[in-house]
Amino acid sequence: MILYLLIMILATVVPLLLAVAFLTLVERRVMGAMQRRQGPNAWGLFGVLQPFLDGLKLLLKEPILPSSADQPLFLWAPILTFLTSQIAWAALPTSTAGAVRDLNLGTMYVLAVGSLGVYGILLRGWRSNSKYAFLGCCRSVAQMISYELPMGLIVLCACMIANSLNWSALVESQQNGIFLLPLWPLALIWIICCLAELNRAPFDLPEAEAELVAGYNVEYASMGFALFFIREYRSMIMMATVTRLLFLGGTAAPMNLFFLNWLPGSFWLRLKATSVVFIYIWVRATLPRYKYSDLMDLGWKRLLPLTLAGFVANAVVVFNIQML
Amino acid sequence: MTEYVGVLLYIAIAVGLGIVILFRSYKVRPRRLDLEKATAYECGFEPFGEARSPFDIGFYLVAILFLIFDIEVAFLLPWVLGGISTGSSGFFAFLLFLVVLTIGFVFEWQKGALEWS
Repeated sequence: MILYLLIMILATVVPLLLAVAFLTLVERRVMGAMQRRQGPNAWGLFGVLQPFLDGLKLLLKEPILPSSADQPLFLWAPILTFLTSQIAWAALPTSTAGAVRDLNLGTMYVLAVGSLGVYGILLRGWRSNSKYAFLGCCRSVAQMISYELPMGLIVLCACMIANSLNWSALVESQQNGIFLLPLWPLALIWIICCLAELNRAPFDLPEAEAELVAGYNVEYASMGFALFFIREYRSMIMMATVTRLLFLGGTAAPMNLFFLNWLPGSFWLRLKATSVVFIYIWVRATLPRYKYSDLMDLGWKRLLPLTLAGFVANAVVVFNIQML
Repeated sequence: MTEYVGVLLYIAIAVGLGIVILFRSYKVRPRRLDLEKATAYECGFEPFGEARSPFDIGFYLVAILFLIFDIEVAFLLPWVLGGISTGSSGFFAFLLFLVVLTIGFVFEWQKGALEWS
């Protein structure tokens, strides 16, 4: 039992770390292609060795402990961010066989763990005891908690249609039609919230390098920074995975044709998640950065009322169908 | 309850991995202490003043509003799962709850709690 669990856990941890490495490369190559330049291409075929060399470089850098920082928590913060981005995968299905633990409250577990990510950033900013880090952490935390509200409501909408909080049940209820079709307005809001939650462009204000140098991770060097970096990219993959589970039918093939069904569910799952990640990178190459006041306006005055309205509309429809 | 044992094991492994990755760099690279290197980064200036400076009250307001709305999401959760079976009385109670919440939201908006200068 324990051995089986250990194998399952390692089977998500190791491929994820590799995926993060290659995602950094993909991002740089795709951004390069969109800006008509090469991107990293010197090391290995198409630059596949580049992320590993980057990792090695970070490992060989000298770690710095600022004298003003509160030591134990300063060291604990990167580990906490790493932890919170990792443990969501304990409940996310990664193939047709299901997740490491297919929890009954899977969606709530992933939402709760996603909210815990805020603590890592708060600790980073506060315990660094530096002005830039502090301002960056204030901005980032306010941004992340604002956009969590629409996200929670949208997840509840999908759960209401599936009438379950279990990820596998969500996937099963999309057998006859993906939730993207009825819920497309909410799916659009979801993508915007994901970008804000991940601190990605055009909402990458916490790290606005022109005003705040690097925001809450300014005092971190070496592996402390690398852990933060891993967390960013792993959350990207996690959000993409949640998106395809909620809206894109999870492990099912896009059409019910025999030659598409012949391919395994894990293939379709990865293809869908990759396409969502591509959208994140595409948006980064396309849109300029938001102003902070505009960002909070968008979250509280536009997206939250819209999502609430969408939730009520969804509830009315689902309720009437079930009462028939 | 037993299904959460796997989650616990997952947390333990993730913490262990994080600790190994973080402290590997302390082993690999010797630290050369330097006064300038150890001070907080402020674009090359000597750090002046406290880093724990007063900040905009807006951040505090956002946190309070977030608490209210997040609790609301938590309250909607049971209705989403089992509320359908409570029939129309449950449905109208749910609508009433949302109406009260919306009145509060409009009030906050009118008071300017959502304004950012």
